[in-house]
Amino acid sequence: MTAKGKVYLYLVLFMFVLSLAAPFLPLHKPETIDLDSLQKPPGFAHPFGTDHKGRDIFSRVIYGAKISIGIALTAAAAACIIGSLAGLAAGYCGGMTDSVITAVVDFTMSFPALLLAIAISVVLPPGIHSAMIALSATGWTSFARLMRGKVLTVRGLSFVDAARAAGCSDARVLFIHILPNCLRVAFVMMGIKLGGFILAEATLGFLGLGVQPPAPSWGAMISSSRAYILTAPWTVFFPGLMITATAFCFNLYAEKLKETCDNRMP
Amino acid sequence: MSACGGATIRIYILKRILVLVPLLISVTFVSFCLLKTLPGDPVYSMVGERATPEAIESIRKEIGSDRDFMSQYAGYLGLLAGGNFGRSYYSNRDVLDDIAAKLPNTMKLALAAMAIAIPCGLAAGMIMAYRRGSFIERIAGMFTIGGVSLPVFWVGLMAMLVFSLELRLLPPSGTGGFKFIALPALTLAVPAISTLARVAAASIEESMGLQFIRTARAKGLSPLKIAIFHVTKNALIPVVTIIGLEFGSYLSGAVVTETIFGWDGIGRFAMQGIIMRDYPVIMGCIITCTAVFVVMNMLTDIIYHYIDPRIRIHDGKG
Repeated sequence: MTAKGKVYLYLVLFMFVLSLAAPFLPLHKPETIDLDSLQKPPGFAHPFGTDHKGRDIFSRVIYGAKISIGIALTAAAAACIIGSLAGLAAGYCGGMTDSVITAVVDFTMSFPALLLAIAISVVLPPGIHSAMIALSATGWTSFARLMRGKVLTVRGLSFVDAARAAGCSDARVLFIHILPNCLRVAFVMMGIKLGGFILAEATLGFLGLGVQPPAPSWGAMISSSRAYILTAPWTVFFPGLMITATAFCFNLYAEKLKETCDNRMP
Repeated sequence: MSACGGATIRIYILKRILVLVPLLISVTFVSFCLLKTLPGDPVYSMVGERATPEAIESIRKEIGSDRDFMSQYAGYLGLLAGGNFGRSYYSNRDVLDDIAAKLPNTMKLALAAMAIAIPCGLAAGMIMAYRRGSFIERIAGMFTIGGVSLPVFWVGLMAMLVFSLELRLLPPSGTGGFKFIALPALTLAVPAISTLARVAAASIEESMGLQFIRTARAKGLSPLKIAIFHVTKNALIPVVTIIGLEFGSYLSGAVVTETIFGWDGIGRFAMQGIIMRDYPVIMGCIITCTAVFVVMNMLTDIIYHYIDPRIRIHDGKG
């Protein structure tokens, strides 16, 4: 991994930390309604302008990073853990376990991903958790498929036979000998997924699912400002710019990550 | 191998179609379970606030929500077996008729988006592959990553703002001819252009290193001829997969684009159903979309079989 690739990840993490520290920074409160400054264009007092309720967009965008990036990171981690465990089990145990897990993966993948995420977040009570669950429930399959393939290759290598011959238990072979050799691809897959998760979270927010207003989620901000796009285009422009910039950084990072990986990644 | 190829592929198609039936039945079951766990009762949202208990009871009977889960599900399967999706709770229109009317619109939009995405994506991919390391390649590479980083709904709103509201060139929303389809198709095409360009570039570069290209060059063919007839033709195989997958997801998942631009397709229909808690509509849309998605993936596999003799589908014997 070159230093250049990591820069993009650090940029996003910096945004995330900034947003965690936001309450201590000299910013407007993101949910304070100010009827004296409705739909003010970007200027000195409000760098990104204000929305139809007079809330400062700059501070809402900063606070929103915590929600959007937080959901994407958590969902990616959850999808990675669930998917990797399923893939490990399928690849190592084979037989019935493999058939069942592969069938579930294929079944989940036969749904168009966004439609499934929408369906899940409609069913769950709206909030941060519903978005996270919807994203991990659709995202875990890629990890499972990838890990299964990787385990199948690693399992056949001679050091695994050696470990088994030395009397290691199945759990020890799987977690101490095989898993460390598969972690790399799972990690790269996580990098690849992050950009998509940012977009999917924003889409759910935009459709009124997931995080609910007045919480400053980027997607929900665009959704609630949509009606005022002609009179106050900055209310739609800046949250969208933040989504794009974050997804862009994640995707550039993933691009660099892929180069470090000898496996062919999607 | 090639002699038995015809029979093998027919068996393969038959197998895939046979798998489709249990798959779709499981899809109905899972979606049915999901809907049953939905908070809120569709009957209450149908009758409004001042309904008598008798009225609520009679509607319950009518739509069958007074029965237990399994008999409701069995009833729905019976309906499906009769080639029917039921009627919408709100408009009382036949869901299948509505879907049949809206699916062609979605297909039109998907085709238009593909008509933009395929030439643009391939051209960008070729530039990236043949000008590797140049300034143009870097810019194109950045653009393709940017393309997959843009939220579709934001691109749509921004395009609407610029082309419809400021420049007043195109109508902001509605269903119809060229003027109406331009913006949503462009919006849908953006991520597809990027994906296509990246896959095409990687694939072209890979085939440039192959032996037969060296032969072609040694024969004295012009670089342009080699690029078009040898490299690109060979590199198209993975590109076809991407086109198939993207097309499948357009047909089924243009929810956001259709909602923004008021395009009267199946994605918007599904979203309206979800908002109104219109169970028959949601079920009908999910089943149709999944079927379309799975069939598109199957078609992609089959096309793959025909264009790449190296990846012939085996029936286990070969």
